[in-house]
Amino acid sequence: MLKFLFRRLLSTIPVLLVVAVLVFLMLRLTPGDPAAVLAGDAANTEQIAQIRTNLGLDRSIPEQFAIWFGHMLTGDLGQSYYYKMPVTTLIGQRLEPTLSLALITIVIAVGVAVPLGVLAAWRFGGALDRTLMGFSVLGFSVPVFVLAYVLIWIFSLKLGWLPVQGYKRLSEGLGPWLYQLLLPAITLSVIYIALIARVTRASVLDTLGEDYIRTARAKGLPEVKVLMRHALANAAVPIVTVIGIGVALLIGGVVVTESVYAIPGLGRLTVDAVLARDFPTIQGVILLFSFFYVMINLLVDLSYVFFDPRIRY
Amino acid sequence: MTPKSVVRRSLLAAALCSSLLLTLPAMAQQNVLKVVPHSNLAVLDPIWTTAYMSRNHGYMIYDTLFGTDENGKVKPQMVESWTESPDKRLWTFKLRKGLEFHDGKPVTGEDVIASLQRWGKRDAMGSALMQFVTKMDSPTPDTFRIFLGEANGFMIEALGKPSSNVPFIMPKRIAETDPFKQIEEHIGSGPYTFKRDEFKPGDKAVYLKNTKYVPRSEPPSGTTGGKNVYVDRVEWNLALRDAQAQLSALQKGEVDIIEALGFDFFEAAKTDPTIQLPKYSNYGLQYMARFNHLHKPFDNPKVRQAVIAAFSQEAFLRAQVGVKELYKPCGSIFICGSPYGSLAGSDLQMKSNMKKAQDLLKDSGYDGTPIVIMKPTDLASIQKLPDVAAQLMRQAGFKVDLQAMDWQTLVGRRAKKDAPDKGGWHMFLTAWQAFDVWSPIANPTTDTRGEKSTWFGWATDDKMVVLRDQFMRATDDVTKKKLADQMHARMFEIGTHAILGEYQQPMAARKNISGFFVTNGNIYWNLKKN
Repeated sequence: MLKFLFRRLLSTIPVLLVVAVLVFLMLRLTPGDPAAVLAGDAANTEQIAQIRTNLGLDRSIPEQFAIWFGHMLTGDLGQSYYYKMPVTTLIGQRLEPTLSLALITIVIAVGVAVPLGVLAAWRFGGALDRTLMGFSVLGFSVPVFVLAYVLIWIFSLKLGWLPVQGYKRLSEGLGPWLYQLLLPAITLSVIYIALIARVTRASVLDTLGEDYIRTARAKGLPEVKVLMRHALANAAVPIVTVIGIGVALLIGGVVVTESVYAIPGLGRLTVDAVLARDFPTIQGVILLFSFFYVMINLLVDLSYVFFDPRIRY
Repeated sequence: MTPKSVVRRSLLAAALCSSLLLTLPAMAQQNVLKVVPHSNLAVLDPIWTTAYMSRNHGYMIYDTLFGTDENGKVKPQMVESWTESPDKRLWTFKLRKGLEFHDGKPVTGEDVIASLQRWGKRDAMGSALMQFVTKMDSPTPDTFRIFLGEANGFMIEALGKPSSNVPFIMPKRIAETDPFKQIEEHIGSGPYTFKRDEFKPGDKAVYLKNTKYVPRSEPPSGTTGGKNVYVDRVEWNLALRDAQAQLSALQKGEVDIIEALGFDFFEAAKTDPTIQLPKYSNYGLQYMARFNHLHKPFDNPKVRQAVIAAFSQEAFLRAQVGVKELYKPCGSIFICGSPYGSLAGSDLQMKSNMKKAQDLLKDSGYDGTPIVIMKPTDLASIQKLPDVAAQLMRQAGFKVDLQAMDWQTLVGRRAKKDAPDKGGWHMFLTAWQAFDVWSPIANPTTDTRGEKSTWFGWATDDKMVVLRDQFMRATDDVTKKKLADQMHARMFEIGTHAILGEYQQPMAARKNISGFFVTNGNIYWNLKKN
């Protein structure tokens, strides 16, 4: 197990290296000039050229790469062209809102979707199953921003229960933190509820036909125990995999939700950085996202051991 | 589940809910003004960049020597009085009493000189002024003098320039920063102090009332008059950029002012009893289409004139703004109703028709080269203009290659002088705030020195260069107005660019905010939150 863990951790290094090189090259090949963005609309060509020189963008691409890569090896992701701040500081400021949103979203999604999926499988083909699956299709189909506007209209403007926008840091208290994030998290969780519920249903449905389920029922176990301890536990591997993918997607894919609800997270930072051609920030954020993906995949793989004792590393 | 555990869980849930409810009331503080600016604030040096957000940040924390009132008249701000020698080559300015930087140090003539020197190296109008300046000095702490090699007629106009780059006054030690490097300290003598420790790019910027600021006694008007601050704190919400969410937040009272309300939400805001749409600008903004004069076919004035003739302003304004009361067609390059507003020569555009455009294009010998129009897809405020332009140009007989890209790609590409089929361009469309284009010197399209021009498009015309030069040297208002008219007519004659009409960008505010006045920009003094 430890050997596996060590091997997997080691394998993240070449993955991140490849990502680093690809991102660096792709950014240099895309159109757009960070200096022109920084200079403002009324700036002239000379001013833009001067800023380009100051940023080191007039150097050759290999030279720029060597400088950036050298710094990266020491943990320095460089300085944002746009904000003139260390990329690590910027990411540090934006990490908490995104992780908070992802955490609450996934808690809601799992808390709602797994029981619903189990129920749908248990009542396969019935009204409950069809209703839940109908909602699941709806959850997949409604764009996040539409759902966000509808929920804001209902819960913020009409009922006045929740705020329209903004973020409060955890250091300001658990209550304000949760209060601000509840609506965005509900909005974002809908699609994940739909996804996880469908996978749970399909997975539980498979296990419900197994011999050990029949045996459990023959033993006279209550149906709840049959479903939760035998069916769900044995169906857990695909569900955990989907949840893992969901978490990874959440961290990198919350941009629309962050924009509508004015949450200063990593998604918004990424979009701003891309629009401003802020190369160091884009590189830093994408490296971080890649790291998250690798780590979450690793955690998911490790979790298989607990759900399926047959799996050994 | 046992009854006990049910009770225990219910109690836990109730405790959590009540802890939430205790914190629910919006932490409304009556003296905090919450503003949603039109964009994100990234660069904190308003001399280093021309970005409007940086300029607006500048107005919060810095003061200016002169200001421009709501009618475009320049009036003293930090300056108490000034004199000019009979030959207009020596200008002596006296600073008013009580001017103090946020670090407690008095504002001196030395600070002013260092600030003007830095500004003169970055700003187009500042640079034009510095061509005349032979020396600046400060004989006493509250006085500074500007010596000119030759008299000019825009000294006060330049010092009172209201838009980017504004000659903000900084402490000498900060103003001595290389003009091509951003300043690190943000200390001014303006009505607010900048709360650097609370600044989070993309999230919020915070300004506190400068309690030591001594405002002028005149009523506020434009960037002139008393900068009275009636709130303790102004917070710029930099994260709230979704137009629909902005309006919802305003309706719920989570924010007090939306600086740039989307046109699509104008009617909804207008009918909301909790929202007001204060008039804050007499002049608004101007749309324009800029030609690349370096390449065929726009190196031919007849082709440019054909485009101008084809461009009906109403079509652009209706498509882009849509709200009739927010726009007006206008034939003045220097803004209708402004000090140099003129209609000289504008018949080509204002009385144009498609037949005329087609005839002009036929006469020009246009060879069917596809016109590369750059269309920004992510900038709602100008997004529709290129489609209208393409349609009208096709009707006139042009072949059009409408290329979609994001605004920042456009910004990078427009600086390229390469041929359009090698990564360059033929035309882009943009918008300017009125006071950026109302001066025949500051308006970037009046610079027609070809590749040496300071703005993209690189128009070439020696006659315009002479007229602009004469304008800079003219010292009486009658001559200046006459020269401005001549420049205006010449610009249509050579087709420097096409103007596409003027519009107002609506601002929306909660009804409990009072004290709005015509600022012609985004300024946050004199406002009260009741």
